Amino acid sequence: MLDLKGIYKTFNPGSINEKRALKGIDLHLDEGDFVTIIGGNGAGKSTLLNAVAGVWPVDKGTISIDGVDVTAFPEYKRAAFLGRVFQDPMTGTAANMQIEENLALAARRGKKRGLGWEVTKEEREKFRQELVTLDLGLEDRLSAKVGLLSGGQRQALTLLMATYVKPKLLLLDEHTAALDPKTASKVLELTDKIVSESGLTALMVTHNMNDAIRHGNRLIMMNHGKIIYDVSGEEKKNLTVDDLLKRFSEASGEDYVDDRAVLSSVQK
Amino acid sequence: MNLLAIFGGLDITTLLNAAPGYIAQGAIWGIMALGLYISYRLLDFSDLTVDGSFATGAAVTVMLILAGWPAWAAMIAAVVAGMLAGFVTGMLHTALGIAPILAGILTQIALYSINLHILGNKPNQAISVDKYDLIISLRTVNTAIFVALAFAAALVALFYWFFGTEAGSAVRATGCNPNMAKAQGINISAVKVFALALSNGVVALAGGLLAQYQGFADAQMGRGAIVIGLASIIIGEVIAEAIFSKHMHFLICLSSAVFGGIIYYVVMGVILWLKLPTNDMKLFTAIIVAVFLAAPYLKNKYHTSFSALKRRNRAEAKKDALKESGEA
Repeated sequence: MLDLKGIYKTFNPGSINEKRALKGIDLHLDEGDFVTIIGGNGAGKSTLLNAVAGVWPVDKGTISIDGVDVTAFPEYKRAAFLGRVFQDPMTGTAANMQIEENLALAARRGKKRGLGWEVTKEEREKFRQELVTLDLGLEDRLSAKVGLLSGGQRQALTLLMATYVKPKLLLLDEHTAALDPKTASKVLELTDKIVSESGLTALMVTHNMNDAIRHGNRLIMMNHGKIIYDVSGEEKKNLTVDDLLKRFSEASGEDYVDDRAVLSSVQK
Repeated sequence: MNLLAIFGGLDITTLLNAAPGYIAQGAIWGIMALGLYISYRLLDFSDLTVDGSFATGAAVTVMLILAGWPAWAAMIAAVVAGMLAGFVTGMLHTALGIAPILAGILTQIALYSINLHILGNKPNQAISVDKYDLIISLRTVNTAIFVALAFAAALVALFYWFFGTEAGSAVRATGCNPNMAKAQGINISAVKVFALALSNGVVALAGGLLAQYQGFADAQMGRGAIVIGLASIIIGEVIAEAIFSKHMHFLICLSSAVFGGIIYYVVMGVILWLKLPTNDMKLFTAIIVAVFLAAPYLKNKYHTSFSALKRRNRAEAKKDALKESGEA
């Protein structure tokens, strides 16, 4: 489904701020894989997702999605293959537009936008039904501006928008990090439900080790722009946070550094 | 008294006689404001190109009519010329990475020379309604109001339709949240170039109408157009919000820009009627725009600022003190 071969990316090359963010990433995802990505501060997790999404061109390497070489596709063209949910709930939706308008924009991802009405009557009915599954009461507020919604509601809506047209690959970039714990677990539950019901292939970055273990069928650990640990199947199911921390220091020779991970393990 | 000397000489009938002229001009500037609405409000792009493209529209219209073109054909050409100006600004921004305001200023400055060329290397060109068949003229001011309002109504209807389509909503999404628009597969560079072209096309149309109305095109006539356009949009919004409260239908948002243009010109008419010095007109414009821009902000701040908190706390303390003294 997704094939990354020898991906390199350096930010600010040649300057004092040079940051070698990705250093030779090779990754293959099978159809239906739900992969969680963890790693310390600056490990390159989000950079990896942005490389797949085409936020900027990579320095070296090839990216193909479902057999199509998308390495040279700009972001808006890759969008035809991808559903994306961002860390900041403000990023995924247009605040000044109505809920139904946002959904309609998502319903036309990868299609031509012509002079037909932006929202049709049949669509409105379908949006209503889809919103019922979120269980947030949004189905009665189709014409409300998205800016009026809470962070959690916006993130749930973004998730629905990202998967409304079934994407080849769903990219979740710490999409619960900005939410309070209760809302975060609700959005994660919803993510699980949507991914399993539609049989989606997904990459989920998280800083929460428990979440990384509990969700998905495969786990990847990154450090300094490299994948240092890749586990799936039964072995992944039986992992504990302690295992992960041990794995990390074995593979990297350092302690796991992520202030947020420390905080969230205290919370548990 | 000095004041009496000034105001004593005022005659309300002079103002009333002049009013239709201000309304017609205001409606034409309202059309210009509609064009600006696309870039300023929908695309969130402060486009200074309009100062140039307004005069470009005027120059192209007048020169082509002088060359024997029918007025309607000349105006279509003016729209195309304006769209070209918007296209250039859009490309400067998206293809060459120049910041929005600078991209607009560059096109505007370039257009100043180009407009002089269009005008046959003269600062202005006159066109007489006696010799040419013009669409709008101050000679027949009541018809002029009707024509300007008809153009405005047609454009409002056109915009209302277009921005409710898939393509139109892509423009609004780009203005509202470019990151989201990209993630939904919208080519935001293409959208920006298109919207700026559309916007400047409408601005040039307004320039063509004003040139016919006043009977000449002038290379300087677009100077300050952006401020007048902004004034129209904001005055219209403030008044419409006062009437219709916060949640306004898109049709009202669009119409209020035209209405704002008319209000602006009527206010300017009153200022002229008060015999305030005409050299200070731009100063008054700036003050009016500043007042209308600041009004919503100050209104909000009055309720939610630190000094408002201090005010409330002081009032509370006073109340408590009164209560205590009453009890004692």
